[in-house]
Amino acid sequence: MAKNEKKPIGALIDLTKCIGCRGCQIACKSWNNRAVKKTVMTGNFTNPIDLNSETYTMIKYVEKEQDALMEWDFIKVQCMHCKNPACVSACPVGAFQKSPEGPVMYEPEKCIGCRYCMMACPFQIPKYEWEKVSPVVQKCTFCAERISEGLIPACVKTCPPKAIIFGTYEEILAEAEKRIKENPKKYVNHIYGKEEAGGTSWLYLSSVPFETLGFKMNIPKRPLPDLTWASLSKIPVTVGSLALILSAIAYIRNRGENNKEEK
Amino acid sequence: MAAYKERKNVSFFSRGTMILLILLGIAAFAALYRFTYGLGAATDMSDKVPWGLWVAFDVLAGVALAAGGFGITAAVYIFNMKKYKPIARPAILTAFIGYLIVIIGLVIDIGQPTRFWHPLVMWQHKSIMFEVVWCISLYTTVLAIEFTPPVLERLRWTGLLKIIKFFTYPIVIAGIILSFLHQSSLGAFFLIMPSKLNALWYSPIMPQMFYISAIAVGLSMVSIESIVSAWAFKREYEPGIIKGLGKGVAITLLVYLVVKIADLIVRGKFSMVFDGSTASRFYLIEIFMGVIIPMILLSTQKIRESIGGTFISAMLVVGGVLMNRFNTNFFSQVGNGVSYFPTWREFAITIGLVSLGIILYRLAVIFLPVFEEAEAEH
Repeated sequence: MAKNEKKPIGALIDLTKCIGCRGCQIACKSWNNRAVKKTVMTGNFTNPIDLNSETYTMIKYVEKEQDALMEWDFIKVQCMHCKNPACVSACPVGAFQKSPEGPVMYEPEKCIGCRYCMMACPFQIPKYEWEKVSPVVQKCTFCAERISEGLIPACVKTCPPKAIIFGTYEEILAEAEKRIKENPKKYVNHIYGKEEAGGTSWLYLSSVPFETLGFKMNIPKRPLPDLTWASLSKIPVTVGSLALILSAIAYIRNRGENNKEEK
Repeated sequence: MAAYKERKNVSFFSRGTMILLILLGIAAFAALYRFTYGLGAATDMSDKVPWGLWVAFDVLAGVALAAGGFGITAAVYIFNMKKYKPIARPAILTAFIGYLIVIIGLVIDIGQPTRFWHPLVMWQHKSIMFEVVWCISLYTTVLAIEFTPPVLERLRWTGLLKIIKFFTYPIVIAGIILSFLHQSSLGAFFLIMPSKLNALWYSPIMPQMFYISAIAVGLSMVSIESIVSAWAFKREYEPGIIKGLGKGVAITLLVYLVVKIADLIVRGKFSMVFDGSTASRFYLIEIFMGVIIPMILLSTQKIRESIGGTFISAMLVVGGVLMNRFNTNFFSQVGNGVSYFPTWREFAITIGLVSLGIILYRLAVIFLPVFEEAEAEH
């Protein structure tokens, strides 16, 4: 793994290989010491219904009818670890950082709890500890501490059908492209995450269109922080020109007034 | 400087003040609950709706409603429109109280209230939230300085008063710049959510739209405040000022409407306005009730000259901007079975904050020379 330390890491999920066993969900909970939350029956296998502060990754079950039989599609969800993350740019105190290796890291001690990261994330990944009096944000860590020890993420390690591959970003992207090229009939010609939000460290392959699986298809291809930076970067010029213009107007409009008042 | 006498004709306690104090008490109870049991227990916010009533009303709308402060100081000091001098102090007072309330609202809303100072120390200059926190902190300081003259007059600290008055222009200009920055940045919050916020509201020029609408609603609030305080403190109001403000609001609303429509057309979303969806209905109500109707009303001289007409128009503008901020916030979160309805505690704290604002205003007007500047200057 030594050679991988410098290059950014990535992970590829081949949804065609996922068997919906939820091994990743359990391995993640176990490694990250996440508690169990009480859930409710929804008539669907998806449980809990969505990620939450105690669930960093999970399988979603999408039901469909095929040849008069009920069929499932399985989708593993977790933080996408964007290359240029919206949460990192949104956070007013820098509690979120994109590490050079790839994981999007969060420092709970800095967090003020404004929840702008939750609003900004296009994948709706950061979750809040609503039930706590002193809550922080929770999300998938890409098992950064395992990776720094030369291990692979808990969910990748546990996946029985090897539906998730871990490696350098270059390796997994090449692998995704290779699979589509070798099996163009099996896969839809779309690597989800390659371009979404300017690219993410986690990539997906699927045999059914991503929109039918509930993936968000309207996410811009450019990094989202660019959108707010377009506004923020103008501030120095705005401040300078406003100061000049306002001073000039004030001077012109108030000429001679002060003398009058003093008399 | 004229000697200042307390307003002996009005006492602080009235039936109205009692009701406000009761509302404040209920809010204090709700706040106690929120700090004891947490946000999840006290509010209806969730992972699906992380920004609720408090962000929409106490922060987004609250800051816009307090925009009259910079609008009037700009008119009086920068453009030298002397006519508005008598309302400069009340407008600065309203803005100052408004921002104090926004800050209290923010501290209640954030999950870690004791860390509210973190953004001032831990800089992250690419965050809109960081910029807004800084601007609000600095502008509240500016407003505090702008409001020192009545306090210093009361205390008869003429030396310090002279120093403050000497720096009037730099302070006023700083206030206008800071207001421009964060009023527009409240719109810039949503720039990062192109895939979430409904396209009727999502626009690359949201910062500019928030700024223009803040001017309209800020001036409307000054009108409302002039009318209400004239009634409450048994003063004469100046029809010239109310009329002038109405005209200013009408022009600002016209600019705003043109920008809104042009933006929809340029983005190719104009047909969405009439597609019959829930969002389109909210949008139509917001634009008709909050922009078009008050604009038409205030363009009519007769209505501009009548107190009732101005009051109703100003209230419509306030309603319209409230709706705009609520819609922008909620249509970036709702959809697909997501539901949110504020709990009574959320309502109670918001109502309590407004009550607190009115109480502080009443206290200041009774015990400080807020309305007397015009007389004191001569």
